[in-house]
Amino acid sequence: MLVVEKLEKSFSGGDRPVPVLRGIDLTLDASRTLALTGESGSGKSTLLHLIAGLDAADGGRILIDGDDLAAMDDTRRAALRRGTVGVVFQQFNLIPSLTVAQNIAFQARLAGRNDRDWDARLTERLGLASHTHKYPEQLSGGQQQRVAIGRTLAARPKLVLADEPTGNLDEDTGEQVLDLMLELVAETGAALMMVTHSTRLAARMERRLHLERGEIRC
Amino acid sequence: MLTAGLQALLSHWWRHPFQLVTLLIGLATATALWSGVQAINAEARASYDRAASALGQTPRPRITAPDGVPLEQEHFVALRRAGWLVTPLIEGRLSTEAGSVRLVGIDPFTLPPADLPDALEGDTALDLSFLTPPGQLITSPATAERLEGADLPPRLALDGIAPGLAYADIGIAQDLMDMDGRLTALLVLDDQPLGRPPLEEVAPGLVLRPPAQGGDISRLTDSFHLNLTAFGLLSFAVGLFIVRGAIGLAFEQRRPVFRTLRALGLSTRVLLGLLLAELLVFALVAGTLGIALGWLIASLLLPDVAATLRGLYGASVEGALTLRPAWWLSGVGIAVLGTLIAATASLWQVARLPLLAPAQPRAWAMASERTMRRQAVVALALIVFAVGVGLYGAGLVGGFVMLGALLVGAALLLPLLLHVALRLGARTARTPLADWFWADTRQQVPGLSLALMALLLALAANIGVGTMVSSFRLTFTGWLDQRLASELYVSSDDEAQAAALQEWLAPRTDAVLPIWRASGEIAGAPAEIYGVADHPTYRDNWPILAALPDVWDLVARGDGILVNEQLARREDLSPGDTMALPGWETRVAGIYSDYGNPSAQVLVGLETFDTRFPEAERLDFGLRLPQGEADALARALVEEFGLPAENIVDQASLKAFSLQVFERTFTVTGALNVLTLTVAGFAILTSLMTLARMRLPQVAPVWALGLTRARLARLELLRALLLAALTAVAALPVGLLLAWVLLAVINVEAFGWRLPMHVFPADWALLGALALLAAGLAALWPARRIATIPPSELLKVFANER
Repeated sequence: MLVVEKLEKSFSGGDRPVPVLRGIDLTLDASRTLALTGESGSGKSTLLHLIAGLDAADGGRILIDGDDLAAMDDTRRAALRRGTVGVVFQQFNLIPSLTVAQNIAFQARLAGRNDRDWDARLTERLGLASHTHKYPEQLSGGQQQRVAIGRTLAARPKLVLADEPTGNLDEDTGEQVLDLMLELVAETGAALMMVTHSTRLAARMERRLHLERGEIRC
Repeated sequence: MLTAGLQALLSHWWRHPFQLVTLLIGLATATALWSGVQAINAEARASYDRAASALGQTPRPRITAPDGVPLEQEHFVALRRAGWLVTPLIEGRLSTEAGSVRLVGIDPFTLPPADLPDALEGDTALDLSFLTPPGQLITSPATAERLEGADLPPRLALDGIAPGLAYADIGIAQDLMDMDGRLTALLVLDDQPLGRPPLEEVAPGLVLRPPAQGGDISRLTDSFHLNLTAFGLLSFAVGLFIVRGAIGLAFEQRRPVFRTLRALGLSTRVLLGLLLAELLVFALVAGTLGIALGWLIASLLLPDVAATLRGLYGASVEGALTLRPAWWLSGVGIAVLGTLIAATASLWQVARLPLLAPAQPRAWAMASERTMRRQAVVALALIVFAVGVGLYGAGLVGGFVMLGALLVGAALLLPLLLHVALRLGARTARTPLADWFWADTRQQVPGLSLALMALLLALAANIGVGTMVSSFRLTFTGWLDQRLASELYVSSDDEAQAAALQEWLAPRTDAVLPIWRASGEIAGAPAEIYGVADHPTYRDNWPILAALPDVWDLVARGDGILVNEQLARREDLSPGDTMALPGWETRVAGIYSDYGNPSAQVLVGLETFDTRFPEAERLDFGLRLPQGEADALARALVEEFGLPAENIVDQASLKAFSLQVFERTFTVTGALNVLTLTVAGFAILTSLMTLARMRLPQVAPVWALGLTRARLARLELLRALLLAALTAVAALPVGLLLAWVLLAVINVEAFGWRLPMHVFPADWALLGALALLAAGLAALWPARRIATIPPSELLKVFANER
């Protein structure tokens, strides 16, 4: 599903570039889960952004379903994000002017595979059935994160990338949200790669990789 | 995908309807002011075109007498017999009890059909009843209605004839104008036979004049329409500030949404396409609204414009608007163009939006000082450019370019000026609250700068145009008092009556001042030549601008003439210069002001006039009377000579009429001024209201530290008043500079005269008060919102749940 080979990325930092990722190699098969842990600044989010096609690598390559991201232009990378990859952001990134129901259906509609029954089931499972007509600002943080997860899964992506999806939530709410996400990801058969700096949450994944100064330490 | 993307974008407006209304109103108002002015201009120009299609404006060479007097009909016969292809023409103003019309007498047998106005070409109107007594007058339906009941030949109303114009057969016209055996001119047709004898041989004393370049009316009124267009543009620009503000805010608020859309798989191209489609829809909706509103404005203003054009230039414009597709299209076009101009910067930012940039709205308030400095550099460059154009540029367009550069430059400089003023203000702060107030006000400047720039432009335009109009009014009233010194003005119907009148009036008045008049051509343009008596009325009152010593003695002796300011400026004449008049050369003894007259005018001594223009009509007199005797004498004149009422005009009603024309001239500019100021007030209101929500993070901590919401609200109001006051102060020099450019550059170019500039501090104070009122009213709602906001809303700022 996902193959990352010798991935390199630097950011400009004054006089010379500061390397953030130094030759990352990893793979993730369909229906499998992977936790990416590491200290702040270790490069976890950068790696996730590169895999999501939100940023471009300086070296190495990323293959998703056999397609090389480096060979794609902006339009093709956008199409990849619409149809194949789903990202759950730490800051939710919901569309404030759309209702809960519209937010959940949104990415699936962008991908052209909106399934109302599936949306309804997801909404029910996420405990949002009584909130469908509300706007994001009327929800709590935990509820907003559930909407974000629902939006990603409604589009049935093959690969779910979650960037500290419980980072803004308290411990109990975080646990509940993660349980739900794991259940639903398993149900859709997607692969899940989750960035977290919580070892407790990482332990819930099938595989764990630790990132340190831009390199993988198993 | 497109539907989902569009829904996400449009849902913003659904959730923020006020912002949408702001945007649409801003754009609609801008379009309305622009298209309203365009509608007026289009209507007036269409009227000129119809008038120009009358023979008087046909671009054909003419044969006339050199001094502008009528020529004999025998000349026509002689020239035709000699092989010249000419057609006779009678032109003149026909006065009736139902008002006057411009009469054009034509000869349908010798006039080529192509020279007829479209309405008459190929028409069966020119039949026997047109040619044989009592003849027929062909007019527009409106003119026919106006002439109803007048003692004139039967009227035939046809669409497409210019208003105020009447066509008659040449013989009928000669009867009507009392010009038996005489003609105004002969039009020289195309394809003249070779070998015909020269004009001097066939008709000695007549001259062949080349065709006029463009119609006189359109030439004279061009400057007036340019003035209107400039105002329309200014109003449009002020309206665009609102649009720019509303679009900028909407884009800024939606930055996180744009980023999310991109992250979820919408490509930049699709996103930009959707945003452009959204803007296009808004432009079309607002443009349509604006055109309807513009139509309304134009309908309300057109009667005043028509009156002005009639009063100043004698140009007839119908008082009703016609729907013109070109006008509709230009209205929609300007709305789309305006939207694109206002949105360019925002679209550019979206195109370059980094996907991983912080998603929080940047809040305009955070605009960097670097941007402000860059803006100031552009502003200074524009001001230097304006000064350069002022020093080295020329013409009316140059004047307007200078004005535009000056206004835009001043507007761009405003944020920096406010920043500096607020920094200086901060030095006076003695309490922590005052410190916060000054600092917070400074932080608000970038967010409010567009609205404040709009206010600056509106205030400067008001001060500038107000100063110009008031200076004009003051000068004009004084000038009227000087020019209209005689208590009564009398016109006789013929020279026999004139002689009888003069004899009858002599013992009954202090003085009878003959006002003889002839038309001629001076330096290639039409001019009026007046013969005036040597009398203290002129010596004491005539508004002389520059003159040789003993100017009136020189004029009376025939050793010099007086010329009006417009002729002096056009021909670069000074007292003492030599000047050619039809048939002789003389010296310019003095220059006098002659406001409200677009043509050249010359004053010569009465004896000189008699010698040089023996053929001219001698029908008019000015009468000097003891105070209070004008009415009785006017009544006596009617009884004794049966003079119609319009032949006797008393000084007071002439002044009142002149002032009325003057006031109507500036009704349009006054109305546009008020509309522009209203638009600017609306810009402030919308900016304050839309910023109010973004203000919470700044206001909440101060509230938490112990300031009541009511006090915060009062400070909010004070802030708006302070910024408006500073803007008004900045607008004053800009407005005065604008007034100077209008008086010293634009007016001279447009009308040919220069007016002295007077200042009216009371008007500025009133305008300043109005600006404060507008800003105060605009700030009232946001202030009330702060005063009544629930504490839970303010607490959200700290809970990071907003």
